[in-house]
Amino acid sequence: MTDSSRFFDEMLARGDGPREPYAPYHAWFSNEDLRDLRKKSSDAEQFFRRTGITFNVYGQSEADERLIPFDIVPRIISAREWARLTKGIEQRVRAINAFLYDIYHRQEIIRAGRVPVELITRNEAFLPQMIGVTPPGNVYTHIVGTDLVRTGEDEFFVLEDNARTPSGVSYMLENRETMLQMFPELFSRVRVQPVSNYPRDLHRSLAASTPDNCSDGRTVAVLTPGIHNSAYFEHAFLADNMGVELVEGHDLRVIDGKITMRTTEGYRPIDVIYRRIDDEFLDPMNFNPDSLLGVPGIMDVYRAGGITIANAPGTGIADDKAIYSYMPEIVEFYTGEKAILQNVPTWRCSEPESLAYVLDNLTELVVKEVHGSGGYGMLVGPAASKKELAAFRAKLEARPGNYIAQPTLALSTVPILTAKGLAPRHVDLRPFALMSPDKITITPGGLTRVALKKGSLVVNSSQGGGTKDTWVLEE
Amino acid sequence: MLGKTAGGLFWMFRYLERSENTARMVEAGFRLGMTRPEGDDDEWQSVLQTAAVAHLYYQRHETLEASKAIDFLLRDSSNPSSVLSAIAAARQNARLVRTAITREVWEAVNDTYMILKQVLARPVSQRDLPEVLGTIRQQSALVRGAMLGTMLRNDIFDFARLGTFLERADNTARILDVKYYVLLPSISQIGSSLDNVQWETILRSVAGQRAYRWITKGEVNPMGIADFLVFDGRMPRSLAFSVGKISSNLVYLEQAYDTRHTCHDQIDVLTARLAHTSIERVFEDGLHEFITDFLDDIARLGGQIEQDYRFHG
Repeated sequence: MTDSSRFFDEMLARGDGPREPYAPYHAWFSNEDLRDLRKKSSDAEQFFRRTGITFNVYGQSEADERLIPFDIVPRIISAREWARLTKGIEQRVRAINAFLYDIYHRQEIIRAGRVPVELITRNEAFLPQMIGVTPPGNVYTHIVGTDLVRTGEDEFFVLEDNARTPSGVSYMLENRETMLQMFPELFSRVRVQPVSNYPRDLHRSLAASTPDNCSDGRTVAVLTPGIHNSAYFEHAFLADNMGVELVEGHDLRVIDGKITMRTTEGYRPIDVIYRRIDDEFLDPMNFNPDSLLGVPGIMDVYRAGGITIANAPGTGIADDKAIYSYMPEIVEFYTGEKAILQNVPTWRCSEPESLAYVLDNLTELVVKEVHGSGGYGMLVGPAASKKELAAFRAKLEARPGNYIAQPTLALSTVPILTAKGLAPRHVDLRPFALMSPDKITITPGGLTRVALKKGSLVVNSSQGGGTKDTWVLEE
Repeated sequence: MLGKTAGGLFWMFRYLERSENTARMVEAGFRLGMTRPEGDDDEWQSVLQTAAVAHLYYQRHETLEASKAIDFLLRDSSNPSSVLSAIAAARQNARLVRTAITREVWEAVNDTYMILKQVLARPVSQRDLPEVLGTIRQQSALVRGAMLGTMLRNDIFDFARLGTFLERADNTARILDVKYYVLLPSISQIGSSLDNVQWETILRSVAGQRAYRWITKGEVNPMGIADFLVFDGRMPRSLAFSVGKISSNLVYLEQAYDTRHTCHDQIDVLTARLAHTSIERVFEDGLHEFITDFLDDIARLGGQIEQDYRFHG
C-alpha cells in the first residue's frame, strides 16, 4: 500500500546502523538465533493466556476472550526524547483540566471567543449536571492517556486525548513483566526505567484526591461494569495491584450521604471511586434510567462532597475530536505558553469550506467520527476502496458536523519479529499521566500499539493491532 | 471483603470440588462396567442418581448407555455438574474474585480450564478415558496445592474452604443416600456377603477403597463402611471430617469479624448431633432418614452462610 522508505523507522532510520537508543538492543539481537526468538514469541503467547490477560470482543456470542498479540521487539525511547514528551504531556493535561473547570464554571474561553459556544453546550459529552460543581482537589482528570504518533526524529504529534476512562495500562505493566521473564539478560545490558510503580502511584494519586467528607480509611475502590466488559481483566488487575476492592454497581448503596460497599461485615464507606464505566451509566437517577451498572444517587453524593469520582463526570468532552482541533488555542489560553506537543492539522467538516476541501481530497485524508473511538467509524482514505469512499462521502454530506478529517500521517515504524526476521510496522504510543491535587506523575513508558499487517496504519486492537513493550532508557 | 467476593470464592471452590467428585464417579462407574457382564448398564443409573443429574440425563437421552452417560457427566454443557461445566463455572467465579486469589491459584484454575476444554473438546473414547480422568485428577491436585501453598489463612481462605467442605459433605451424603439400601443389615444377613461390586462403587466414589482396606485390614461389612464414611474423622471425605472443617472455618470467621451469626448456631447443632450418636443408633433409627436430615441441614447451612455474610444484595 505504501512505500516503506517514506517512513521514519525508529530502529534503522539512519540507514547505516541502528539509531542510538536502539544500538545496545540491536547488538544483542544480531547475536540471537531467529528460531529461539520465534520460540520465545510463542512462549509469550502462552504466558498471556495463562495469566488471563485477555479482552472480550463485543458482539461475539461465545464468551470469547481474545489475546492482543504481543511482539517481543521493544519500542525504545531515549531519556532525552522522553523528557520532552513528558513536558508536553504535563502541559496538555494541565490545560485540559483548566479547560474542564472553566467550561463547567465561568466559561471564559467561550466569552473570549476562542471556542464556539455550540461546541460546548450542544456537545453530547457536556454534562449540565456538572455546572458549578468543583471536584475534590480541583482534579477532573486523575488518569489521562495521551495518544502520540511520531513522523520523524523530532516530530511528535498528539493524535487523541483520552480523559474519559483511558484503558491499556495493564498491557504496559504485563508487557514489561513478560519481557523481564523472557529476556532477563537484556535488562542487565540495557538500563530501562521501571514502570512497576504505576499501581502504587495510581493509588497514592487517588487517595490524595479524597473528598471533604472523608472516612478515616481513605478507601479507594475500582468500579467495573462487570465480568463481561471487554476490559474486565484490566479492572481486576488494577484493583488487585492497588490492593483495593473491585466493585460493581450492585455492591454499592448510598447510606448517610456516603457511597458504601456491601462487605461480609456490613456496609463500609468508600471515599474515592475509580470508575471504569461511562458517564451515562454512572447514575440511573441522574442519567440513563435503564442503567444497571451504576449507583442510584451517586451524583447527589458527589455534588455534596461525599465521594471523589475519578475521572470526574463530564471529562469526556475533552476527548471530543472537534474540541481536539482547538487544543493549541486551549493550551495557550490556560497556560500562556505555546503547546509543546503539536496537534495534527484538523479540518472540521461542520465548516463548509473545510467540508468542501475534505470531499475533494478524500483519498488522501483520514476521516474520523467526532465521538468515535477504538478505530470504529473511521476512514483511512489512501487504504479505502472506491465503495468505502463513496459510502463515506454520503455520510459526510448527510452529517458533516459528525466528522473531522486529518492528513494521513506518515506514522513511524518499529520492527516486529516475523517468520523471516525483522520487518517494519507502524506504531503509536499511549503514555499514562496521573494527576493529583499537588502533582502530575507520568510513568516512564506506555502502551505501544502496533499495526501488525504490513502497511496498515490502524493500530487498534479491535482492528488487528498488537502491542509492544515500551522502554524509556535511563539517562 | 466484599460480600460478592466471599460468594465468588465459596462457589468457585464448590464447583472445583464438584468437578472432581463428578470425575471420580465416572471413574467408579467405568471400573465397575469393566468387571460386569456386557450390556448391563445399571451402574450408570446409580452414578447419574448419585450425581443428582439422572432427570437431566433423561431429558437429553431416551436410553441409558455407558458412552452417553460418560459423555453427559464429563462434557455436556446442559449438565451443570458435568466436569466441563463445573470447571467453567469455577473459572468464571475465579475471574470474579481475581483480586482475592493469588496469581498461582488463578493460573492453576485457568490452566485447568484450558487443558480440560481441549481434552474434552470431543467425546472421550473408552480407550482414552483413564488418561483423561487422570488429567482431571492431576489438575484438581494442582489447584488444591496452589491454594494451600500460596493463600493467606484469612477470611478469604475460610470462604473458599467452606465451599469445598459443604460441597464435599453434600456429595458424600448423597453417595450414601443412593446406596443406603446396600448397606442395610437385612440384605446382608449372616452368611450372605455384601455385593462386592456395590460396596466398591461406594468406596471408589469417595476415593476411599484403599484407605478403608487399610483401616479394616480387608474386613468388609456394611456397618463398617457406613461408619467409615459418616463418622471416621481420619477419612477426608467423611461427613464428620467435612463438618469439622466447616465448623473450624466458621469459628475462624467468628473470631476474625468478632461476630457470631445464625450459621454458627446451626453448625454447632450439627456437630453435636454427629458427636452424640453412633453408627448403631443411626442404623436403628434408619440410615436413610439420617442422611435425608443431614442433606437438609447442609443445604440450610449453605443458605444461611450466604445470608449471614451478605453474598447477595
